[in-house]
Amino acid sequence: MTAVSPLPADVPAASPYADRPKGRIEITDFSLRYDGANGPMDAVSDVSLTVEPGEFVSIIGPSGCGKSTLLNALAGFLKPTSGVVRVDGKPIEGPSADRGMIFQQYSLFPWKTVRQNVEFGLKMKGMEASERKRAARTLLGLAGLLPFENHYPDKLSGGMKQRVGIVRALATGPRILLLDEPFGALDAQTRLIMQQILTNMWQRLKISVLFVTHDIDEAIFLSDRIYVMTARPGTIKAEIAVPLPRPRQPAVIMSSEFLALRRGLMSLIREESLKAMGGEINADALLGLGANFDGHDLSRAL
Amino acid sequence: MKTATLSAEAPPATAAAPETLKPAASKAADGVWAMVGRANLRPVLVGFVSIALFVLVWRFLTVNRIDLYVRFMNVPSPDDVLESAKTALSSAQFADHVLMSCRRILYGFTLAAVVAVPLGLLMGRFKLLSEIVFPVAEVMRPIPAIAWVPMSIMLWPTNEQSIVFITFLGSFFPILLNTLHGMANVDPVLVRAARCLGASEAATFREVYLPATLPQIFTGLTVGMGVAWVSLIAAEMISGQFGIGYFTWEAYSLVQYPDIALGMITIGVLGLASSWAIRLIGRLAMPWSAK
Repeated sequence: MTAVSPLPADVPAASPYADRPKGRIEITDFSLRYDGANGPMDAVSDVSLTVEPGEFVSIIGPSGCGKSTLLNALAGFLKPTSGVVRVDGKPIEGPSADRGMIFQQYSLFPWKTVRQNVEFGLKMKGMEASERKRAARTLLGLAGLLPFENHYPDKLSGGMKQRVGIVRALATGPRILLLDEPFGALDAQTRLIMQQILTNMWQRLKISVLFVTHDIDEAIFLSDRIYVMTARPGTIKAEIAVPLPRPRQPAVIMSSEFLALRRGLMSLIREESLKAMGGEINADALLGLGANFDGHDLSRAL
Repeated sequence: MKTATLSAEAPPATAAAPETLKPAASKAADGVWAMVGRANLRPVLVGFVSIALFVLVWRFLTVNRIDLYVRFMNVPSPDDVLESAKTALSSAQFADHVLMSCRRILYGFTLAAVVAVPLGLLMGRFKLLSEIVFPVAEVMRPIPAIAWVPMSIMLWPTNEQSIVFITFLGSFFPILLNTLHGMANVDPVLVRAARCLGASEAATFREVYLPATLPQIFTGLTVGMGVAWVSLIAAEMISGQFGIGYFTWEAYSLVQYPDIALGMITIGVLGLASSWAIRLIGRLAMPWSAK
């Protein structure tokens, strides 16, 4: 049902992707502070990261570590307190169709049909109605969504909504795709399929992707590199390359390389998650979970 | 069972979900009609029975001139009202009254919608404007339109204008407040999505804020239409020379009791028809919300 028909090897010259091999993201010494209830709070401090053109990079970290803050700054919704966010050498000045964004919450316009949603970015560019209709239909056809072009988002499943969201973000031919836990609300099976669709599109379009998630398997399966962030204030704790060959099949998650990466990431994240939970769970409490009552079970001991 | 043919053709359960999403024109049409038949027949029947019962009770109370503290001796019976309706409907004068009221509603209500909807949208978008207008609106809002009658007569050169003004006032605040409320509830993710797709400020307003607020706007219009009729009838009873409110009040002064009931029923029907019209326009304007 989700198979994507292969794109012809030679992308037509009219394609927005034909002549743009760029899309380099450069974040230098990024800090963001906001005024919380107890004075100023550092959400993110001194983060530097890069995404090379055509690279797939994930940011992973405990909730509240400022992953989304970074993405929002890249999208142009937030200005850093200090530091610079550059795309292809130019500082970001506001939202733009150069940087497509996909949100965890389905963000399709409920008052537009699937096709009208996909057309939206092209309409904003001033493309003529008949032309953008043709473009949207082509893209929907590639994504296997053409039978649903006249449906309102209301009638679609979560996975389908997110596929339309991806197609919509790609329709304007962005150099960069930013994804903020896009599959977080989907069930495990749908999520796997969506991951494959995303890799497939990314490989064919050669755009740079920055993907925020808290799912370790997802990050490894998709990425070329992974940045691990610390608990608040968010900083980069580690940068991990994922040398798994591409194209990756779902079975790759059983390989020893995958599992080794997973083990490493797990321990990095675990430390931070515990820190993020603060006083809620300390080391003693976790020890308590494994306490041994001389062979008796816990209920007996109690 | 009417749906037997449908369920017999239905694929196994696993394939059923995507199947329902595909446009299957002929099958869907059959299904829809079967559903309409089943789902809508009963409420319609019950509705008729309920109205018939109401008329029967009314007839019983009036024909027998019941006096149970509430007095029905002078209340016209349905037969009297039917009789006076026959004469009224054949007279041009009655039609004039109805048309006059409809015209006032049309002017007053349309004016209110044309002013209140854009104002509400702009107030929702620009905080300063909201801070300026809101206090005044809050003070004015609790004043019932009927309390505006004397002031309105002073304000406007003609009687006609003052009645339209009162109708306008009645529907203005429900429309304004609902539009504001709708603007406050626009999903910020949709706004951000639009901006990421290259939408300018003006385009975001047109493509996101406006359609996202439409359902609330139509709630406001429906409520506003109801209040418009309330205000209009009150104004006509006090200061009118034409209109269905004036007709009703005049009937009382002239001791033509069946005409009172006729006026009331006419007002009810007109109110019902106008809110039904708004709902119809709403459904046409918001095809995505159709179930």
